[in-house]
Amino acid sequence: MSFRHAMLALLSEGPKYGLQLRHEFEARTGEVWPLNVGQVYTTLQRLERDGLVEPDDTGDDGPQKGFRITAQGAEDLATWLQTPPDLSLPPRDELVVKVLMALRVPGVNVHGIIQVHRRYLVELMQQWTRLKEDEAGYDLAFALAVDAEIFRLDSVVRWLDTADGRLKRAAVEPAQPAPAGIPRIRRRVGVRP
Amino acid sequence: MIALELRAVSKHYGDDRNRVDALVEVDLTVEPGALVAVMGPSGSGKSTLLTIAGSLEDPTTGEVLVAGEPLSAMSRDAKARLRRRSIGYVFQDYNLLPGLTAVENVAMPLELDGRSARTARTAGMEALETLGLTERAEHFPDQLSGGERQRVSIARAIVGERRLLLADEPSGALDSVNGEAVMRLILAACRQGVAAVFVTHDAQLASWADRVVFIRDGRVVDQTTPAAGVESLLQSSPHRGPDR
Repeated sequence: MSFRHAMLALLSEGPKYGLQLRHEFEARTGEVWPLNVGQVYTTLQRLERDGLVEPDDTGDDGPQKGFRITAQGAEDLATWLQTPPDLSLPPRDELVVKVLMALRVPGVNVHGIIQVHRRYLVELMQQWTRLKEDEAGYDLAFALAVDAEIFRLDSVVRWLDTADGRLKRAAVEPAQPAPAGIPRIRRRVGVRP
Repeated sequence: MIALELRAVSKHYGDDRNRVDALVEVDLTVEPGALVAVMGPSGSGKSTLLTIAGSLEDPTTGEVLVAGEPLSAMSRDAKARLRRRSIGYVFQDYNLLPGLTAVENVAMPLELDGRSARTARTAGMEALETLGLTERAEHFPDQLSGGERQRVSIARAIVGERRLLLADEPSGALDSVNGEAVMRLILAACRQGVAAVFVTHDAQLASWADRVVFIRDGRVVDQTTPAAGVESLLQSSPHRGPDR
């Protein structure tokens, strides 16, 4: 996650100092992603070095150093907001690797392995949903952050369900010979044979 | 008293040569106030489990008890009475009667059970009010949105003194926000003491339950630990999710 740009987004509202940025970041993300204050100051130093923020001397906050966003910083922020993050290559997901490897281990019940992971994921989803039930009605940012986590976990459960079904079918249907050209596609999506 | 109990319930279809085992030795216990999800893929037996739990179908072997009463000991009339009085059903496609208004749909099970039209209507209006549908009471199903129709069907399922709610993919055709609203209503009924069982293939929906039971090929293969981490999670850090 880009803390740099999250800091710039908060500074785009007006000058702020470090501790204030930390509190506001946590509040805006429904406190789902806690932040240590060291991260905030390191990030601010780098932003200042790159000319994206500058010290703010207009405030009356005593010894705390305030910062404000520069024109270059505002431009950088606008570009970041509209640039999709790079999701083109599949991440090397440990769970995916576990299931793929389980297929190769003699005597392992892959459906059982899949169920262990499915249960764990659904239990996590229950915990997140319970938080949403209790609090999300009052806090929009929190509800959105929790939704994002639930959807992420749900996508993994869906993959496990699909894998389960595919394996079941594969067990009763003979494998089809792979048509020519498949290895090239595999390389392109990053799956190594 | 346990609201619903399935003891070694099996259901077979077909003859010996072409036997299909829809359910195999299923045990399930649902306490009053509990929300239980039965999660599994299509053809796993979850809908059969629900129809047997709701006395709409008999098991081949095993026993079903509703509020401690074994269904096998009941006459057809007694089962019909149990379905009218004690069990509410929510279906994916709502199953509302198109020729009746929302309040008439909700009041119907009470009228069938011999209550006066007036008493039934009053109870129907109360149930609709609980679900925020007072202003839609005189609308016909085709004048309601999908989310509203499902809320009417929930009102019909909890009207009167029903203590057991059975739901088949209760937010099936709805988008996530409306689906969540439906689950909140079912959960609210549970917090009032209603026991609910719903079947689904959807993990997001299942995650609203206190307990998720996983079903595969007619067998219960696993279940989540009842809300294990949740209490400690909330006590230690009320605003934060699970540690990662």
